[in-house]
Amino acid sequence: MSSSAPLLDVRHLRVEFPTRHGTLRALDDVSFDIRAGEVLGVVGESGAGKSLTGAAIIGLLEPPGRIAAGEIRLEGERIDQLPPEAMRRIRGRRIGAIFQDPLTSLNPLYTVGQQLVETIRTHLPLSAAQARERAIRLLQDTGIPAAEARIDHYPHQFSGGMRQRVVIALALAAEPRLIVADEPTTALDVSIQAQIIALLKRLCQDHGAAVMLVTHDMGVIAETSDRVAVMYAGRIVEIGPVADIIHRPAHPYTVGLMGSIPAMHEDRERLLQIDGAMPRLNAIPSGCAFHPRCHRAVERCQRERPELVDVGATRAACWQPVTGEAA
Amino acid sequence: MTPGSTTTAASASDSTSAATLVEVRDLARRFDVSAPWLNRVLERRPHQFVHAVDGVSFTIERGRTLALVGESGCGKSTVARLLVGLYQPSAGSVHFDGRDTTSDFAGAEARTLRRRMQMIFQDPYASLNPRWKVLDIVGEPLLEHRLVTDRAELAQRVGELLQSVGLAAADVQKFPHQFSGGQRQRISIARALATQPEFLVCDEPTSALDVSVQAQVLNIMKDLQRERGLTYLFISHNLAVVRHVADQVGVMYLGRLVELADKRALFEQPRHPYTRMLLDAIPDLRRTGQTRTPVQGEVPNPLNPPSGCSFHPRCPLANARCRQERPALQSLGGVRIACHAVEEGRS
Repeated sequence: MSSSAPLLDVRHLRVEFPTRHGTLRALDDVSFDIRAGEVLGVVGESGAGKSLTGAAIIGLLEPPGRIAAGEIRLEGERIDQLPPEAMRRIRGRRIGAIFQDPLTSLNPLYTVGQQLVETIRTHLPLSAAQARERAIRLLQDTGIPAAEARIDHYPHQFSGGMRQRVVIALALAAEPRLIVADEPTTALDVSIQAQIIALLKRLCQDHGAAVMLVTHDMGVIAETSDRVAVMYAGRIVEIGPVADIIHRPAHPYTVGLMGSIPAMHEDRERLLQIDGAMPRLNAIPSGCAFHPRCHRAVERCQRERPELVDVGATRAACWQPVTGEAA
Repeated sequence: MTPGSTTTAASASDSTSAATLVEVRDLARRFDVSAPWLNRVLERRPHQFVHAVDGVSFTIERGRTLALVGESGCGKSTVARLLVGLYQPSAGSVHFDGRDTTSDFAGAEARTLRRRMQMIFQDPYASLNPRWKVLDIVGEPLLEHRLVTDRAELAQRVGELLQSVGLAAADVQKFPHQFSGGQRQRISIARALATQPEFLVCDEPTSALDVSVQAQVLNIMKDLQRERGLTYLFISHNLAVVRHVADQVGVMYLGRLVELADKRALFEQPRHPYTRMLLDAIPDLRRTGQTRTPVQGEVPNPLNPPSGCSFHPRCPLANARCRQERPALQSLGGVRIACHAVEEGRS
């Protein structure tokens, strides 16, 4: 595969939830791509649609949610319209998934080894003994001490951080090309979080996999991602290289998001706050969805919806982007 | 505790007693986690106890904020609950405004004491009764403490309280589900403020909130402290938040305080190896694209804590003494710290 073609290409993705009171548009016109070996961070507040984007890519949208428009391509091949059986084969083999809560991602009634071997043998033509050998190697790779003994333990015998390592081992079992990690460290303590981030980064470099990292933690994004997509009310409002998004954001929402994080290296009497809250899906404002909370909003923002355009080093969807001045 | 450290604690409290609102001395709380009686008899299993909080001492001055930080299971929430009387201490004492709360919570003084200290909980979804209107939620402490007896006055007072946390007075007739997470946490704050307390215990008040909403709540809490001279005990696992709100910071590990220092000293020059590890583990916005080697290991099982200093299995500075002898919290260069390595100058 040539290095220029993206591994994952999402174009104009729209996800809808039909309800009794009309159709809710949870994602609208979401477009981005991820190259092999690249980590794309997806940030935003609760309800922005970041987890939903991940769920749509791995084909695990909760019914009645459905992809209403747009396309998702993995290594050039369209995967958003595949029948469930074909999608099931791609999941695990070509796309690995890591979720927030390691306890609910593992079956409590099977040992870690049984779950790993099952995953490996579903996707790779290996004998039971070979699969077990591979499982032990995966556990060793993820930093689980005494993997030969631990493989026969049940999930409840592992601590939270160790469980998340098992989940990562499961996601990597068949050497997928793309990993969708949805808040992989949110349930963990900071010292464990740092270990897991370092692990995820190292493994993806070793395996050359692309990662879509969904999180609300900007610190995690800063240290892990190559590029960042900022989501608001079901749309990408800004996307660009990580350093530019953090230090020179163009969209007022990104500016507010960065300013509201208590900083470790500077003193501020008050945090920058974005007044109000994310709109509900049944009441998304006209024009730019952020305009009621935006201090730069002008009349045009209420009428016309901005599209993503180049602003400095990033692409932002805003009629009044922040340029030049220090954010 | 060595005799030396007890005297330093006593003299420190004497010199600051005029300003001290809360004084905690050698506070301990253990929980019985033994197997059921039948299993103990049949399988000869022993009684088992978790020492959730063990020998914790600190003082909080009026109008100041002490933050307790640490990872899950370090006992910080247990300290919060001990302070407001939701748990009884197994040993040690809590003095509030010069009086011992352990006896006061049991006696006739309990009502007055509870009026003067209030708590804000972590989860704004679980801590508000979904079937009550905001009027009843925020008004309950007013009625309970007989600060208001008249319905019309109640609505007026609740309206004022809501306005003080940035909500509308008309919100009194709404139910909790009509509010977002951040607004709910403001209702919790309004409820805590209803009895005009002097001391607020905040247990992870913003960890369930999005960052922009967290900023709103933290700003309100700071404004209220300035306006009303409130004293806070702020429990959090988020060091960046702690750095923003606290005057003093206590770092806890497995039920014990390992470092207690002014915010500036703690963040600019962390002394205890655990504090350094915690500070180093925080993902930093400035470190884009950099890799680092995180400290290995996890918090040990509190049922069976390591001998000596409980941090020694993860500590890069540990030696034989650390494995045998538990370090006491003592004053070293202006901060209070429990570490042999720092004491001996090995760090």
